[in-house]
Parts: sequence; structure tokens; C-alpha cells
Amino acid sequence: MRPFAYERPTDAATAVALASVPASAHVTAPVQYKGGGTTLIDLMKLDVMQPTTVVDITAIDDEAMHRIVPSDEGLRIGSLVTMAKLHADPSVVRDYPLLTESLWQAASQQLRNMARLGGNVLQRTRCLYFRDTSYDQCNKRVPGSGCAALDGSNRGHAVLGTSDQCIALYPGDWAPALVALDARVEVLGRTGKRLIAFADLHRLPGTTPHIETSLSPGELITAFIVPGGPRRRSLYRKIRDRESYAFANASAAVAIELDGRTLRDVRIGLGGVATIPWRAHRAEGMLRGQELTEANARAAAEAEFGDARTREHNGYKVVLGKATMVRALLDAQAMEVPR
Amino acid sequence: MNECAVDRRTVIATGAVLAASLSLGSAPAGARASMDTRTTPLTRDITLSVNGTDHAIRVDTRMTLLDALRDKLGLTGSKKGCDQGQCGACTIHVEGERHLACLTLTVAVEGLHITTVEGLAEGESLHPMQQAFIDHDAFQCGYCTSGQIMSAIACVREGHAGSDEDIREYMSGNLCRCAAYPNIVAAVNQAKNEMERG
Ligand SMILES: Cc1cc2nc3c(=O)[nH]c(=O)nc-3n(C[C@H](O)[C@H](O)[C@H](O)COP(=O)(O)OP(=O)(O)OC[C@H]3O[C@@H](n4cnc5c(N)ncnc54)[C@H](O)[C@@H]3O)c2cc1C
Ligand code: SF4
Ligand code: FES
Ligand code: FES
Repeated sequence: MRPFAYERPTDAATAVALASVPASAHVTAPVQYKGGGTTLIDLMKLDVMQPTTVVDITAIDDEAMHRIVPSDEGLRIGSLVTMAKLHADPSVVRDYPLLTESLWQAASQQLRNMARLGGNVLQRTRCLYFRDTSYDQCNKRVPGSGCAALDGSNRGHAVLGTSDQCIALYPGDWAPALVALDARVEVLGRTGKRLIAFADLHRLPGTTPHIETSLSPGELITAFIVPGGPRRRSLYRKIRDRESYAFANASAAVAIELDGRTLRDVRIGLGGVATIPWRAHRAEGMLRGQELTEANARAAAEAEFGDARTREHNGYKVVLGKATMVRALLDAQAMEVPR
Repeated sequence: MNECAVDRRTVIATGAVLAASLSLGSAPAGARASMDTRTTPLTRDITLSVNGTDHAIRVDTRMTLLDALRDKLGLTGSKKGCDQGQCGACTIHVEGERHLACLTLTVAVEGLHITTVEGLAEGESLHPMQQAFIDHDAFQCGYCTSGQIMSAIACVREGHAGSDEDIREYMSGNLCRCAAYPNIVAAVNQAKNEMERG
């Protein structure tokens, strides 16, 4: 690891002032925030991230960043809430099962005690060529160097939202739930606060896979706002190589509302298959207002994965992704929902 | 191996003299040093509270809590399995919660209460979880054991040891290469009852 200065400000404005330095992207800026550090410190040890200053944000003394509160705009979740705290909140467990199931099935309890939700959504890809600096080719790590995964070991790589420059998977479990619920992100910058749609936070790789988000260098995520709800008929289904403590091979976060068998509302976020937290707009469009049957769900999944682009080892993700989406929808239909 | 590990070995091998000289600003040796414009380690004087005792130490900002415990304080009960947050061998408690010491910066836990496996026993009497691991043969080589025990105690306190299924799910962050898993579940069940009785 390279030497770095360590700062622990107690207010958000000071943190933002420290981190607002010129840089080409939020993720490559020389000043990086540290929440739990479970992505940052890991990647600093691997020399993939090389900040000169680490700004620890966990001591920021702003109640609103540490709390979960229902508000007029919806559920407001502070960015410094830990993964563990959110999945243990009884009212969120009852009212938003997809938000909590996607968390307790992620990582391990030790990591969930450390990791904060702001850092969680910004976790980096697990692409092994990205994580290992002995590989020369990685457009995300070294822009313009090529992509070793295209013709390398790509079993864990994305099939949706890819480009010729990068097929890295977005690995997180919580973000697909947020994208399905039309969540918004509250961001503090040097000129004040702004709200962005969660769907606009992550950028498709395109020709610039090294620019991962729409955040400007130094911008601090302060909260997530989940409008509408409660979403009691919702859940998260995750398929992985072992039953626990592994990233998703495919996952689906769904929230539905039923009139008898008819889908009054349907929201689907996919994980483990795409370069960004993936909103299944096409499938939702086909299902909204229709009866939820296995045949309809299959047809919608078929359409959603219609543009999937596979490489040598990841073709299974198309089959698994579709099956996971169908199962999540049917399981949500079968849920006993408390009134 | 990453640079941090190289630094750590160097420090172990040559002891505190080199550690002190590094902190005074001489550049660490190594292939990467020439490529790096920032070779001067930055240090902090901090007080670390471990198992009820305060330790005044000087640490490089890069030093993980795991390295500080093992190399600065000589508390080698916490193990380094992967050093990447993947195995749980380094599990310790920070303010009573289970965390991974290998992904924790020492400077970030100043002022917080840390408990390691060395802090569990009271005199000659073992913590019920330690005793349960012995009673149930819940280890073979023992490398993962201190992490398992620290994790298991927190698992019970969190209320995540209600069933065998829960124990397996909430202990999944602690890998055991010897696959002592069934015995670990049995040990947690035994200790749970004793811990709940008080
Ligand atoms: C072994 C292992 C297994 C894992 N398994 C899973 C899994 O199965 N599913 C899953 O979803 N995740 C998994 N993870 C990833 C884990 O969930 C993330 O590392 C964690 O959530 C990141 O949160 P953090 O607070 O530690 O982030 P940090 O490491 O502190 O920060 C990550 C990045 O975000 C930036 N940042 C942090 N907070 C803010 C903020 N408020 N505003 C702006 N920028 C910010 C930081 O500068 C940094 O660049 C795993 C991780 C490990 C190590
Ligand atoms: S898939 Fe993306 S992150 Fe992985 S090697 Fe290619 S460019 Fe790098
Ligand atoms: S050494 Fe910390 S998790 Fe493996
Ligand atoms: S007892 Fe050997 S690794 Fe667990």
C-alpha cells in the first residue's frame, strides 16, 4: 500500500472541502472517502486504488446520515447506516423486504457491520483482471490498455450493458433493489445539495469504463430516498456458487402489486448479470396490466435478455438470469403479505 | 504479494529500529518505490484500547489493525488468513461488534474498544464459547479458531444463533479449511445456552 494522509472530519462540509480536488473521475480522485473501507482498503492493498488522502467519513456527526426515517418523500436512509443496521430494522424488514433480503444475503456479518450503504452502492467490480495489477490490459484500471477479460476468464462477467471496452459485472446486491424502487440519491457537493435518480448514478461502460458514476470528484452521498411504499409484496432472489457468502451469479429484486392475478404494478431490478444495477424496463412494460402467469413471466424474461451478449464462459448467465427473474416474480405472487 | 505485506515482514525481521527509522521519513525499499512519487510513510501517535488496556503506539497510517495487534502489541491470537476480507480468521470485536481486523485501519479505531481472543478468558476460566469449542472438538489445525470464536460470540449476542440454519448462515464469513463446520455449529449451540443463562 502507498503512504496516505488520514483525515477524520466531524462534519460533512469539511469532508467535502477536503475531497473536492481536481480529478478526471470520482473513483480515481486522489482524495477518497472511507466508510467501512471494505472496498477501499482492499483495493489500496492491491494497489488498484492509490489515494494520497483518505477521508474517514464515519465520524461525521450529522444525525441524518446515520438514521433511517420515514418522511413525506418516502423512506430516507442515511448513507452512513451500516448494511447490518438496515437489515435488522423491523419496520424495513416488514415494509420493504427486498431492501433487507438483498442485504443479509450479501457478504458476511463482519463485513455488513463495517460497510456503510454509501460505500456499498459504490463497490467496485470483482473482475480479476481489474483487481490484479500484474495484468497490463484493463481499460477500467488503465484507460486505453485493452480488456483482458474479453478473451480471458469471463465466467463472472456481464451479459447485459456491456461494451467492446469492458464487460465487468456490477457485483452488488442492494443496488438492484434501489433501482427497481426508483430511489433517489442525495448528494452534497461544494455548491450544495442535489438529488439524482439512482438509475443515473452508475454509468454504462461504453468507451469510458474508468468513469463509473455520475458523481463529480468530492461529491458525498448523504442519503438514499425510496419513494412510495410500503412494498410488502417484494423480495430478493440470489443464485450463487455456494449457499452463503458469495457474489450473485444472477439475482432479481422484485416489487409487485396485484389485483387478483393482474399486475397493477411491477418493478424488477437485476443483479449478477449486468455492468450496472439493471432495471428490467422491457420486461416490466410487457407485464404491467397483464396476468402474472409463468408463461407471461417467461416471455418477459426472454425479451429482457434479448440483447444479451455472451463471451466464452458466461453464456449460462442468460439462462440463469431469466430463470431467476421468473422465480422471483412467481415467489412474490405466492407471498403471504401482512396487512 | 502486495507492498504492505513486504513492509510488514521487513518490520518483523528487523524490529522496531527500522520501524522507527521508517517513521522518520526514509523511503521503504522495494521495486515500486521508484514508481511512486509518495514514498514517505505518514505516522500518527495514537492510543489503542485493547482488552481493557490502553496502549500508546505510533503507527503508519497504512497499518491495519490486524498488523498492529500482532506486530505492535504481540497479540498473535488473531490470524491472517487471506488479508482481503474473505476468510474471517482476523475477526475481532470493535465496540462489541464483529469486524475484520485485516480491512480496518488502526488509525480509524482510536478511542474505540477492541476485544481480541486474548481478552475472553477471566483468569483461568475460559469463556463458555472457548470451552464449547474444546468440548465439541470444533477445530482441527486451529488456524481459523480464534476468528470462529470471536464471530460465534457476536453471533449469539446478535440473536442470530436461533437455529442450526441461522448459525450456518450467520457464521458463513468464517471459513474453515479443515471443515470442522458441524462441530462448530454444535459448539455454538452449547455456548448459546450457557451465555443466555448468564
Ligand atoms: C469478501 C467480500 C465479499 C463480499 N460479498 C458481497 C456480496 O455478496 N454482495 C455485495 O453486495 N457486496 C459484497 N461485498 C462488497 C461489500 O458489500 C462492499 O465492500 C461494501 O458494501 C462497501 O462499503 P464500505 O462502507 O466498506 O465502502 P468503502 O470501501 O469505505 O468505500 C467504497 C468506495 O466508495 C466511496 N464512498 C464511500 N462512501 C461514500 C459516500 N458516502 N459518498 C461518496 N463516496 C463514498 C469511497 O471513496 C470508495 O471509493 C463483499 C466484500 C468483500 C470484501
Ligand atoms: S472487463 Fe473491464 S474491468 Fe475487467 S479487464 Fe476488461 S476493462 Fe478491466
Ligand atoms: S485475514 Fe481478514 S478476512 Fe482473512
Ligand atoms: S480448524 Fe483448520 S481451518 Fe478451521
